Amino acid sequence: MSPNIVLVVAIAALFTVGVYLLLERSLSRVLIGVILLGNGANLLFLVAGGAAGRPPIVGATPEGQMTDPLPQAMVLTAIVITLGLSAFLLAMAYRSWQLHRHDEVQDDVEDRRIARLAAIDERATTDDDTEGTGSRIDEEAASIRDETDEGAPARPAGEPARTAGEGER
Amino acid sequence: MTDWTWLVPLPVVVPLSAAGLALALYRRPTLQRVVSVVALIVVVLVSAALLVLADDGPLVVDVGGWAAPVGIDLVADRLSALMLTVSATVTLCVLLYSLAQGQEDDEESAPISIFHPTYLVLTAGVANAFLSGDLFNIYVGFEILLAASFVLLTLGGTRERIRAGTIYVVVALLSSILFLVALASIYAATGTVNLAQLAIRLPEIDPGVRLVLQVLLILAFAIKAAVFPLSAWLPDSYPTAPAPVTAVFAGLLTKVGVYAIIRTQTLLFPEGRLDDVLMWAALATMVIGILGAVAQDDIKRLLSFTLVSHIGYMVFGIALATDAGWTAAIYYVAHHITVQTALFLVVGLVERAGGSTSLTKLGGLAKLAPVLAILFFVPAMNLAGIPPLSGFLGKLGLLEAGVQVGTPLAYVLVVGSVVTSLLTLYALVKAWNKAFWQVPEEERPPVRLPFGMVGPAAALIVFGLGLTVAAGPLYAYTERAADALTERTPYVEAVLPDGKRGKGVSVDVTEEAAHGGEAGEAGTDAAGTSGSAAVRTDVAEVGG
Repeated sequence: MSPNIVLVVAIAALFTVGVYLLLERSLSRVLIGVILLGNGANLLFLVAGGAAGRPPIVGATPEGQMTDPLPQAMVLTAIVITLGLSAFLLAMAYRSWQLHRHDEVQDDVEDRRIARLAAIDERATTDDDTEGTGSRIDEEAASIRDETDEGAPARPAGEPARTAGEGER
Repeated sequence: MTDWTWLVPLPVVVPLSAAGLALALYRRPTLQRVVSVVALIVVVLVSAALLVLADDGPLVVDVGGWAAPVGIDLVADRLSALMLTVSATVTLCVLLYSLAQGQEDDEESAPISIFHPTYLVLTAGVANAFLSGDLFNIYVGFEILLAASFVLLTLGGTRERIRAGTIYVVVALLSSILFLVALASIYAATGTVNLAQLAIRLPEIDPGVRLVLQVLLILAFAIKAAVFPLSAWLPDSYPTAPAPVTAVFAGLLTKVGVYAIIRTQTLLFPEGRLDDVLMWAALATMVIGILGAVAQDDIKRLLSFTLVSHIGYMVFGIALATDAGWTAAIYYVAHHITVQTALFLVVGLVERAGGSTSLTKLGGLAKLAPVLAILFFVPAMNLAGIPPLSGFLGKLGLLEAGVQVGTPLAYVLVVGSVVTSLLTLYALVKAWNKAFWQVPEEERPPVRLPFGMVGPAAALIVFGLGLTVAAGPLYAYTERAADALTERTPYVEAVLPDGKRGKGVSVDVTEEAAHGGEAGEAGTDAAGTSGSAAVRTDVAEVGG
């Protein structure tokens, strides 16, 4: 059996438009996209059910001529679910409008921050306790007072301790 | 022997009825709490019973008495029962935790009158997805749990939650539509959506069509399970929800996707033509997920990234497609549900004690709340896979299975999972050092952590340790589960004892058997086109 060409074209059109709208930023357009995609999937179920036939009532119709009711039952379920979720999406778009005066999908701020830090090659967290004293280990060593090192005062961190550090080594 | 099949629908029916009851009792918060807790305790007990019973073979219920391929059936085999038991335990602990949190804070953070019914609906949806023996019913289960999760994620409707919710909802809807398209195509190709009957009919259709169906299903489930590159939505949306909600999402929702992948891969597409693709996906999920975790500053986001990363382990086990691989994957799922949920609960406590989830701002918690330090340390080490904890056992099983397979790709995955494990350890130790040991920016007053919140978190951690202590029997159990998955026949025979019909009664069933023989053959011959005669007479009975 070859499927109904009109249905197939309709499905293709619905999916195309749906995907296009889904890629938009505005939540109301996304919603319309989701509804169109959902309807495309529902039509696909109708095609999956095979050719249309007589009402599927046992006794009233010979078995060979019945329409397959199972895909229609599934479509009904899917329609109800899409309806409920559309309502939820609509409520969310409205809430977003209440809060921001627009319904555009926002970027994740924290995600952006981490990405910016990565772009300038910085770490997301700073290690105060391990990096506070100096960037080089010999500078750090030089700044710490050693009891065996009599008389020599502890050098404060940050002072150019490189030559002295080398002397101590 | 007594017939225990009546237990099978209870994990779905009890929470759903309780949700209705809880909704009706929205003016009586105390009664609402009692209803929810009792319902979930019942679910835990029933699931544990099913766990024991399913070891003797799958329990099948034809819902409403309609025989299997016509009606919908619920099947509790070892895999489902194990998933169900772990998830029920986790949901109960999280509920108790959120009860205490609700009492400590006022209604602001979790409006109880909405929270309870929605939470119960979520539980029912998860149970339905685990138990269903019918692909369309799995879809319905997914939708139930998704709808509930939308509400839970956007509780209170604050700025941040609406932002996170938008992304989550749109991605979830997309995956649902993909699933629907897959279902329609499967029905067109085979004329059935019953898993057992699909297992019989799918091998008979054109291999190209079969591959398309497999890809569609895997795509839909991989979005749910957050397998890279379909995982970007997860770390964006989970961290904003209230702690208990994040915890239960992290534990359960992705694992439902993983379960669906295991079920369809083993039962419907045993030839495993996508295994190599899955292997690469698993590797990418593990490595990229954990690199994301290493870069994070916010501890909730860090954990969300480890969640993504560890999904890779399970996909690895599935993609190996050997008994050993599945055994380890199933054990890993059980381990990961527990430990990830426990960690998120503990982070909720950390946020409470430290006033933040940013690792830069947190500090000195080891002095402020030593109990919390232990509570964080144990599951963190468990997640990283330090011996002898269950994370180690699961990973060891996976590595063994990978080495057994022995292909170059499997070895790459073995190396990848070891690296991931080490990086997990690094990320978690960093979090541990920062949150508990670094000198805090400002001294915080000592806080009293409510026992009602510490208790359930601790209970969950102990349950996780129990998975270690009972690892022998449990691993043997998952091994038997994996054996049954490889064989496939126990599942199919339990649902369709004579290969055609379930045990339920349906009108015309004898007539059908008389002339349905040839019609059934014709149906499978005509498969690949659509809606065959046999199918049509089958489904006519639904209408009648």
